[in-house]
Amino acid sequence: MSGERILVNGNHAAAYGVRLARPMVVPVYPITPQTPIVEKISEFQAEGQMEVELVTAESEHSAMSACITASLTGVRVFTATASQGLMLMHEMLHYASGARAPIVMVNVNRTIGSPWGFWPDQTDSLAQRDTGWIQYYCESGQESLDTILQAFRVAEKVLLPAMVVHEAFYVSHSLEVVEVPAQELADQFLPPFTPPHRLDPEIKESWGNTVNQDMFYRHRKTLGEAMDNALAAAKEADADYRALVGRGYGIIEEYRCDNPEIIIATMGSMTGTAREAVDELRAEGLAVGLLKVKLFRPFPLKDVRRALTGVPKVVVLDRNFAPGTGGFLHQEMKAALYGMSDGPEVHGYLAGVGGTNIPPAKIKDMVREALAEKAAAEPVWKG
Amino acid sequence: MSFDVMDYFRQETLPHIWCPGCGNGIILRDFAVALERLNYPRDEVVIVSGIGCSSRAAGYLNFDTVHTTHGRALPFATGIKLANPNLKVFVIMGDGDSSAIGGNHLIHAARRNIDLTAIIFNNNIYGMTGGQFSPLTPRDKKATTAPYGMIEQSFDICRLAEGAGATYVGRATTYHNQLLTQLIIDGAQNPGFSLIEAVTHCPTSYGRRNGMASPSDMVRWQKDNAVWIDKVRAGKAEVKDGQFTIGLLHRHEAPEFTQAYMEVIKRARGQE
Ligand SMILES: Cc1ncc(C[n+]2csc(CCOP(=O)(O)OP(=O)(O)O)c2C)c(N)n1
Repeated sequence: MSGERILVNGNHAAAYGVRLARPMVVPVYPITPQTPIVEKISEFQAEGQMEVELVTAESEHSAMSACITASLTGVRVFTATASQGLMLMHEMLHYASGARAPIVMVNVNRTIGSPWGFWPDQTDSLAQRDTGWIQYYCESGQESLDTILQAFRVAEKVLLPAMVVHEAFYVSHSLEVVEVPAQELADQFLPPFTPPHRLDPEIKESWGNTVNQDMFYRHRKTLGEAMDNALAAAKEADADYRALVGRGYGIIEEYRCDNPEIIIATMGSMTGTAREAVDELRAEGLAVGLLKVKLFRPFPLKDVRRALTGVPKVVVLDRNFAPGTGGFLHQEMKAALYGMSDGPEVHGYLAGVGGTNIPPAKIKDMVREALAEKAAAEPVWKG
Repeated sequence: MSFDVMDYFRQETLPHIWCPGCGNGIILRDFAVALERLNYPRDEVVIVSGIGCSSRAAGYLNFDTVHTTHGRALPFATGIKLANPNLKVFVIMGDGDSSAIGGNHLIHAARRNIDLTAIIFNNNIYGMTGGQFSPLTPRDKKATTAPYGMIEQSFDICRLAEGAGATYVGRATTYHNQLLTQLIIDGAQNPGFSLIEAVTHCPTSYGRRNGMASPSDMVRWQKDNAVWIDKVRAGKAEVKDGQFTIGLLHRHEAPEFTQAYMEVIKRARGQE
């Protein structure tokens, strides 16, 4: 059953993914560069293509609050935000995972103030890595569309919220040809959400009560288990999606990683650019590969270790920055690879922070530099 | 000495980002004129703004300015005023900024009666993000998030501020711009929280959707629907449905927050 091919930007592609997932409630607050996602959803609603309650809140904090309770009544819930909006949601992000509400949210990566800017930079979502949300990083509108469906499947299976992330403008506002799967396939992949526990006067359950230390401990432990289970659930969802729709991504992707001297590791839109750099370098005779980390939470520790076993060097490109430690992926990679006897030397480059342009030529230079030099312990600024 | 408005602008930041036909520039000029007449030493003036089209105003003005986050201009301004109560602090906000995401701060600044002068650019819409309704979008008016008309009741932000404790409250429009200048001057001189609502026109995001596509239609609407409060009080005019009052709407005296703060410190130290 083939889908429809359309020319849309990354945000609208995401909205098509949401339409296919049939959420019943979408509480939202506008913010650039996210707004086109909900504008499209509201268009679908107005045209009768979606049966959904769009709730326009007075801030993102209220939007996420409404998401949580709507989700706890046992219906599928979606929202979208970016940057400052995500920052304002922070308190509620923890609440959502603690309440085990499988909300799916798209975050469009944008710089955080101050100073003010609108540029692609992943720091906003990466700074939420410890909130108990599953996180996927996508490089195209097609990938976001497909991943939204997968995210709902995984979130509803393990009962944790999930964030699907793509970057401002490079993805959110760039036009591309996108294939929208047939609704029947989406329905087959993602059956209606019917959780056994929900806010329902018949069932009489409650959320958010005060607990003692032991109960809190147990709660965190089960939350951790759910997050661990998300790894297998994400692999399974991706495999099933591939079987059904014909497209899959893996939780990591290894591109031309046969016998490499060095591997580029990155996330989001940078992977598209890096793939081109890899092709050019391979053509020039350099054995270089690409490791795309798509699922960032839970971090695919074993898969990453396996992918990098016996590889001499890895160069991590971070379009994000945590002052005091450097790039988020760089930190995570160092932690993931720690203690491996046959693991790679890890170079951490801050590339594209604040949305600066990183063309393939620049990535090629960085690869050559990483090959020529010993890795520094601290991150290196690369423009 | 003649008044040159450009003297008040950071000219390297111009041209501004506002759409052709936007009313914000009129308010900005009126504000510059008010500052000229107030004649405060320039380094005693601080201008704080939130986020939105209107809040870009702060960046254009050649004073100490802070462009903050959406909804939080008043807490930022409160910090400045408490750190140095001698400063003259002006706060520029949009209608969404001040009454939706930042509504909580507005009522508390008014309740404390802290000596800030808030100028609210009311275009009845979220301008910057493309025309979603705000708490000041009148019932039945259209917005991208209300394509069939606004179903929620809107705030009268002046009455809200008055109810919350503001000691000076006035409203003018981009048409009644001399009044606007005067209200800003008087509001600045009021020792307490002053709120001035500047009704402005946004043809791009509001007018086009509500039968007023051209800026002149919108300004004419202001002219036709603004009713001077003095005339209403004198029984010479009435406010019909859809109309609104302009002028000095409310004033009362009450202890000002930073003063009260200094006094309580003195009392605690036995210096009274
Ligand atoms: C926390 C947060 N959420 C959302 C936004 C996006 N945003 C920027 S301006 C704005 C609304 C602006 O409307 P208003 O305050 O009425 O000012 P105007 O642009 O009309 O002058 C919004 C929602 C933001 N900057 N920060």
